[in-house]
Amino acid sequence: MKRLVAGALLLVLAGCGVDDGRSIETDGELGGTLTVFAAASLTDVFTDLGDQLESEHPGLDVQFNFAGSSALATQVTQGAPADVLASADEEQLDAVADLGAGDPAVFAENTLVIAVPAGNPADVRGLADLADAGKSIALCAAEVPCGAAAARVFDAAGLTPAPDTLEQDVRAALTKVQLGEVDAALVYATDVAAAGSAVEAIEVPEAADVVNRYPLMVLERAPNPLAARAFVDLVRSDTGRQALADAGFRLP
Amino acid sequence: MTHPVGPKSRLWPQRQGRGGGVPAPLLVPALLGVAFLVLPLLGLLVRAPWSDLGPQLARPGVGEALRLSLVSATLATVVSLLLGVPLAWVLARSQVRGRSVLRALVTVPLVLPPVVGGVALFLVLGRQGIIGRWLFEATGFSLPFTTAAVVVAETFVAMPFLVISVEGALRAADARFEDAAATLGADRWTTFRRVTLPLVAPGIAAGAVLCWARALGEFGATITFAGNFPGTTQTMPLAVYLTLQRDPEAAIVLSLVLLGVSLATLLLLRDRWLGRGAVT
Repeated sequence: MKRLVAGALLLVLAGCGVDDGRSIETDGELGGTLTVFAAASLTDVFTDLGDQLESEHPGLDVQFNFAGSSALATQVTQGAPADVLASADEEQLDAVADLGAGDPAVFAENTLVIAVPAGNPADVRGLADLADAGKSIALCAAEVPCGAAAARVFDAAGLTPAPDTLEQDVRAALTKVQLGEVDAALVYATDVAAAGSAVEAIEVPEAADVVNRYPLMVLERAPNPLAARAFVDLVRSDTGRQALADAGFRLP
Repeated sequence: MTHPVGPKSRLWPQRQGRGGGVPAPLLVPALLGVAFLVLPLLGLLVRAPWSDLGPQLARPGVGEALRLSLVSATLATVVSLLLGVPLAWVLARSQVRGRSVLRALVTVPLVLPPVVGGVALFLVLGRQGIIGRWLFEATGFSLPFTTAAVVVAETFVAMPFLVISVEGALRAADARFEDAAATLGADRWTTFRRVTLPLVAPGIAAGAVLCWARALGEFGATITFAGNFPGTTQTMPLAVYLTLQRDPEAAIVLSLVLLGVSLATLLLLRDRWLGRGAVT
């Protein structure tokens, strides 16, 4: 009973308390501004889904802040007015989990693949080629998430990689593949999917267990909780799942 | 001849000794300027984990990165001097047509985001680059991801600072000394060596310092073109950036080390070679 009263009170507060025009509702229609903080690797998928939600609800304006997961976590902790947070890193989300309304749920997964320049000039076939000092190899530095994941893959495979450069992020590693300056790099499947025809992916069976899981949650202090819920539902719908799969994500 | 005294310096010698104070319209903005430049440094000093200093410095790779930074920045400055001083002379003294276009082209690296500069270097000197491809096919040598690539990237970004400084010094220098040398029968090369160079030496020194400092702090072009590998291409700014991803406090310590070493070097050089009161 107490819970019901509290819930009702919350609804009343939500209905009349917010007066800054961010969550104006008209006849149950979503409106105002929805602010989504999301990991940079979600840029393409989420932008499309946001456009779709806006076209379904003409009064709604969806704003995105795409950045690294640790930067997003910091911004949310510092009180940034976000409605939804989608992270590429479960650990980073754990740090802000108590700011969420409900538990975060994993909605997508990303795995590492070998990226090679179109045509695979150095004839790279698998992870063992990345331990070949004669080949020019780019990996992410151990300090950034893709580098930590790569280290786990090599550990599991019992290989010592022979990188020529340890890149500051996954896109920098991919750029060097696109330019043909390295023979191969270990990057995320989604990055290869986004890079187009200049880059080819080689599946890495050894990487199957090293998975980056993407959690998603509505924030407790979301200025526009209804729109936030609608966006999360869209991401988890068949449409959302299809868009994620097309972008190279695995679905849990 | 090493200390040419122009007519101007003879006119204003007593000025420095006068304790007239700085006029308020200059003093207030000047103080604001100092605060703006120094406060962030103060922030680093305040936040630095001083008790951690020893262990952080002893970490493997720190000494290596520092040594690599100093060596590559110095080499980049040497290359910049060898190419940049003649270039500045051409811009300031010669009658070559299209000098203003040339000057604009030379300053491109100043406005180019360094990361873009790194990609541009790939397109010319990389394994698939216009020149690099030919080099790779002929010799099997590929420049990216080598220490030489660090020097190339730093030179690309830092040399314009030297060129601009030296060109300014050349323009400000009194050309009548050169004319006098010419009337005494010196050819242009001799005039350049015996008259022009000593005349603009403080300007060259200032440009070299600026160039060295810029090369020492270079990040974007280096990490793009030379990559990042400890001992080969990981300079201090790269080490600082990557440490920042995991351990911000350690990154602050590394920044302070770089800052301390560079300030000490500059002060030492200033005393040693530039003498007191030199233009820096």
